[in-house]
Amino acid sequence: MSDKSEKTEQPRLSVFKTYKLYVGGKFPRSESGRVYEVTDAQGRWLANAPQSSRKDARDAVVAARKAFGGWAGATAYNRGQILYRVAEMLEGRRGQFAREVADAEGLSKSRAAAAVDATIDRWVWYAGWTDKIAQVVGGGNPVAGPYFNLSSPEPTGVVTVLAPQDSSFLGLVSVVAPVIATGNTAVVIASERSPLPALSLGEVLATSDLPGGVVNVLSGRTAEIAAPLASHQDVNAIDLAGADEALAKELEIAAADNLKRVLRPQAVDDWAATPGIDRMTAFLETKTVWHPTGSLGASGSSY
Amino acid sequence: MASAFTSAFEYAPAPESRSVVDIAPSYGLFIDGEFTEAADGRVFKTVSPSTEEVLSEIAQAGEADVDRAVKAARRAFGAWSALPGAERAKYLFRIARIIQERSRELAVLETLDNGKPIRETRDADLPLVAAHFFYYAGWADKLDHAGFGSSPKPLGVAGQVIPWNFPLLMLAWKIAPALATGNTVVLKPAETTPLSALFFADVCRQAGLPRGVVNILPGYGDTGAALVAHPDVNKVAFTGSTAVGKAIAKTVAGSRKKLTLELGGKGANIVFDDAPIDQAVEGIVNGIFFNQGQVCCAGSRLLVQESIQEELLESLKRRLSTLRLGDPLDKNTDIGAINSEEQLTRITSLVEQGEAEGAERWSPACELPNAGFWFAPTLFTNVTQAHTVARDEIFGPVLSVLTFRTPDEAVAKANNTPYGLSAGVWTEKGSRILAVANKLRAGVVWSNTFNKFDPTSPFGGYKESGFGREGGRHGLEAYLDV
Repeated sequence: MSDKSEKTEQPRLSVFKTYKLYVGGKFPRSESGRVYEVTDAQGRWLANAPQSSRKDARDAVVAARKAFGGWAGATAYNRGQILYRVAEMLEGRRGQFAREVADAEGLSKSRAAAAVDATIDRWVWYAGWTDKIAQVVGGGNPVAGPYFNLSSPEPTGVVTVLAPQDSSFLGLVSVVAPVIATGNTAVVIASERSPLPALSLGEVLATSDLPGGVVNVLSGRTAEIAAPLASHQDVNAIDLAGADEALAKELEIAAADNLKRVLRPQAVDDWAATPGIDRMTAFLETKTVWHPTGSLGASGSSY
Repeated sequence: MASAFTSAFEYAPAPESRSVVDIAPSYGLFIDGEFTEAADGRVFKTVSPSTEEVLSEIAQAGEADVDRAVKAARRAFGAWSALPGAERAKYLFRIARIIQERSRELAVLETLDNGKPIRETRDADLPLVAAHFFYYAGWADKLDHAGFGSSPKPLGVAGQVIPWNFPLLMLAWKIAPALATGNTVVLKPAETTPLSALFFADVCRQAGLPRGVVNILPGYGDTGAALVAHPDVNKVAFTGSTAVGKAIAKTVAGSRKKLTLELGGKGANIVFDDAPIDQAVEGIVNGIFFNQGQVCCAGSRLLVQESIQEELLESLKRRLSTLRLGDPLDKNTDIGAINSEEQLTRITSLVEQGEAEGAERWSPACELPNAGFWFAPTLFTNVTQAHTVARDEIFGPVLSVLTFRTPDEAVAKANNTPYGLSAGVWTEKGSRILAVANKLRAGVVWSNTFNKFDPTSPFGGYKESGFGREGGRHGLEAYLDV
């Protein structure tokens, strides 16, 4: 009986969330044991986010490389289904993400909700691209000779993504979804100041049939995490969206060492605007496969 | 056996006449539509690799000349890019036609300056050069339909640095799409092969191309470095070694210059046990001995299925014994001269390293001329993946032979290099071709053929073989603001 009276007198103490990284389909803390304070736009404490180390970055690359073969080899139809599944999972957690985005970016409830809706719709948009991009950017070439050849796009491999600093969720998804839609795997560095929506996205991805390691989310100091990734010999490309000018140049120089594909930072006025296909083609290779047709064979017996 | 074949097929010499080409004793830089001396008066000599005869003395562009050429290209850019696409197209069609008209002259010139057989310049290089200009001419007024948005814009001044292995073809690969998209060009040909680019300047004159649209700056690596670093260059295109490509990528880092790189390779040519052996042998020979192996996409690693190794090697050795090495101007010559003494030294030292590391070296009986730079076609067997000759790009007529047992092993070995430019697959089984081609990390995969090129077909590398594609619709992207 006394329990009941206590409950009515004291407000319920909420359960804080321990935010963790998302690497290889698991949720580790930073191996360094470090965290940093994340605050809202007014400077109020929200949570402690893991402060990833170089080792975390390297672990994420190992996970992304391990996942690459399976993800790149999955059918485009299957990848599209999974990207759509991400949208489904997010739809069910709109409220949570609207709160997190509002806190992270200091937006009103309605504007944060609009940003989350746009983010969900972005997953749907890219879900529809997985089985179309090859037809748009590949094709048969009219060779002047007795040959048949086809050019097809293929994912470039492991892509490091420096998520935009200003748009913690819509911007994040706008740079991550195109990378994985085409079959690459990603090591993502969340917005340094507002990493929480990105870390929560990991929980959504983990329950969306996305194979572990396809997307790996790290939080911490962007420059510290990005440096070893830019020079990592097993990373094939880097998207510098979240780097300032000085950092971008430094990372681009490091990236030249194994000729990574580099997407330089581009000014984005409105993350909600319909993206073109550039963010997908930036991380695609074109493979041209030739074969004789025999159709012009001089001997008449070439086929 | 080898000598029997050689004597059975003996031909009388059939040299192409040199009189179709008139090489002046000296050439200047081509800037703003005129030939001009280098600002500091420097010159260098270009020699014929097959005889070491000095062909001509060439002005050597320095930093001041680079600046002058970039300024000329910048001045020309406004009018050139504003020209209706249909008019730009006509200039390119004119260039293509003039190249066809003068192709015999240009083929002989290229053979003299480069050392490659006339059979190749006449039958491969020149037809492809003309075809590239024809192909991109047609794009100039159709850019709205190329899939890069409704009004894709040119970038501005393109700084282009090309190698010595296909001097005129690499020029065509660079200049044709640049001009079609409305850019202007400053191009640096290689120091050992500047002549055909300077003759191209004359083609531009005949075509009535506006001054400044194409500028040619012969010189060494420092000229190229100055061009790449010039602050008023908007686009850098380079074909050459991976090491230089990395240095260029570092130079343009942090700038807004768009960059494409076509770099080295160590192409795997995979022969399965059901492959048509005779055709495969022809493909292997074409893959590594075309242009003396001085080809970035050369099939320099032969991966042969263990069960047919003996049979294949026997056929291959017999075929190599019939290759004719000698005067590149002779129409019967298969193997010409190595492009330069420096390159010959590099090939020689890598081959010696191969022997020292325990690989087994073989060459057919082969007499090398006394003058000039020559290297006999060479095979290495007993090669492992760790050997230098299986890892480093030799850029010469040297084939390393490795074996495999299963398709998976073939794929794993083929992909086991930092390069990713080309590969070959030989098998009669269609599903195997498609499955293996799918798994190879290479920009071009030739199945049951090798070393085929066409202006409609994108060409370029994965991994450290560079980025961007040349040829086809894809080749336009490098020169458009997209």
